[in-house]
Amino acid sequence: MTSASTVLQAVKPAGALDVGRIRADFPILNLEVNGKPLAYLDNAASSQMPKQVIDRMVRYQTSEHSNIHRAVHTLSEKATAEYEGARRKIQRFINAKEEREVIFTTGTTDSVNLVMHGYGRAFLGAGDEIIVSQLEHHSNIVPWQMLCEEKGAKLRVIACNDAGELLLDDYAKLFNANTRFVAITHVSNALGTINPVKNMIATAHRHGVPVLVDGAQAVPHMKVNVQDLDCDFYAFSGHKMCGPTGIGILYGKAQLLEKMKPFEGGGDMILSVTFEKTTYNAIPYKFEAGTPPIAAAVGLGATVDYLESVGLDRIAAHEHDLLTYATEAFTQLKGVRIVGTARDKAAVLSFTLQGVHPHDVGTILNEDGVAVRTGHHCAQPVMKRFGIPATVRASFYLYNTFAEVDALVAGIRRVQKIFG
Amino acid sequence: MDSKQLYQEVILDHNKKPRNWGKLADASHQAEGLNPLCGDHIWLSLKLDDERVESIAFEGEGCAICKASSSMMTTNVKGKTVTEAEQLVREFRDMATGKLDIAGEPNHLGRLTVFAGVRDLPSRVKCAILPWHTLQAALHSESVVSTEGDRDPVPAAS
Repeated sequence: MTSASTVLQAVKPAGALDVGRIRADFPILNLEVNGKPLAYLDNAASSQMPKQVIDRMVRYQTSEHSNIHRAVHTLSEKATAEYEGARRKIQRFINAKEEREVIFTTGTTDSVNLVMHGYGRAFLGAGDEIIVSQLEHHSNIVPWQMLCEEKGAKLRVIACNDAGELLLDDYAKLFNANTRFVAITHVSNALGTINPVKNMIATAHRHGVPVLVDGAQAVPHMKVNVQDLDCDFYAFSGHKMCGPTGIGILYGKAQLLEKMKPFEGGGDMILSVTFEKTTYNAIPYKFEAGTPPIAAAVGLGATVDYLESVGLDRIAAHEHDLLTYATEAFTQLKGVRIVGTARDKAAVLSFTLQGVHPHDVGTILNEDGVAVRTGHHCAQPVMKRFGIPATVRASFYLYNTFAEVDALVAGIRRVQKIFG
Repeated sequence: MDSKQLYQEVILDHNKKPRNWGKLADASHQAEGLNPLCGDHIWLSLKLDDERVESIAFEGEGCAICKASSSMMTTNVKGKTVTEAEQLVREFRDMATGKLDIAGEPNHLGRLTVFAGVRDLPSRVKCAILPWHTLQAALHSESVVSTEGDRDPVPAAS
């Protein structure tokens, strides 16, 4: 480790994150890639899982599994209790008012689509307007475009400045008598910008418009309190917060969820079925048709326990230190352009190298064991805004070290040497 | 694999100084090649004279692998017959996807074997192959070829 990073670590206050201990929880971090220690810096795409969560899922599968909400036998009751227990943990974690406001989905994309189908298709019509931002991931654009196409509604877009911050004055001006919905990201996956969603929600509510927040990049890294934000819907994924893939959450205010249409029909979402009429179950079950990924849901509960035991504030502070250290190192590098320089920023470092395509950078960094994401990050409108086809993106999490930032910087110097 | 194997001097040189760069004013065939996943985008124009590639040019945006592959393709197919060019397309594709053992099987690839390393990098195979499929599209008077969607030329490689 360089002297600079040693100094940074030495001045860390008592109670700061013990990264060595954290890393011991993540078996995959011991891997070598191409003969080099893995430096996993692709956390905004998907994070790694601690053994506490892996073990919990193994325990569920080896001693607790059956289908839920079905039979009276012991295992079914155990599985149901653990599944519903996970829901309560998540309710507390995001401070939802009621358990029934927490819906298990397969991930953020599924959550957004649920709202599009259940709310959008039921309550929006021709001429209505939906506001999204220029920073959205495709999963918070495409469903709304599909709705616009079906209903003859219109998409309005909040632009951003050169730093990647949304233009809030423009946002306020987008509202008119036809505005029916706002769908915005809490944290930009491509740039790291943290949007002032609480203020933006208040603005929308002054116009009587409900707001969905894409929290996929926020929940893993900061304390999110849905009642404080006063959001109407909040969506996030398990696999970006050290949990399993295939599970995610849609939070929704009960009064909205109750008047919404079910997204999918099937078992578990009904009270009674005859060929004449089906009566839907109450929320949240109305939106959980079919057998859910129970082990993944239980795993997500354990993930919440894990993150709370480490402390979201300590995680956020550590990530902030890593971002500051990396940003400082990058400004010393010639020919590097950091894309996304918002004042309020999560630990995402998107950049381009002069004269080198991001994919070439990614391939060469991989040979140094450094895993970064290259491409448009499913956010092509962001790339277009900055006039680039793609970026290299390093995204940090609780287990990343200053030495890994050093490995990234050394790798970039090697790329520059190869490309002369 | 080591980056020195893939990012060899000849590839880096063609990336930096692409040969046959530009658009032919008197093209008889042209096509556009697109890899929407990474933004590789090339325009290829060529002039056939009596079933022979008399001149060929390309321009576009892309990674070093795509650009160097395009550049070396133009120098290699210039002067070749359509049949010879199509054979090179097949051999290059088979090399990049690992179906052709360049050491053990006869082929006409010559220096183009510097791209053999991409077979170990599935995410980069499309970068190398894109110009070759664009060439094939141009020869068959198709205007656009994309690495994604129904007409993905290398679906098995991704």
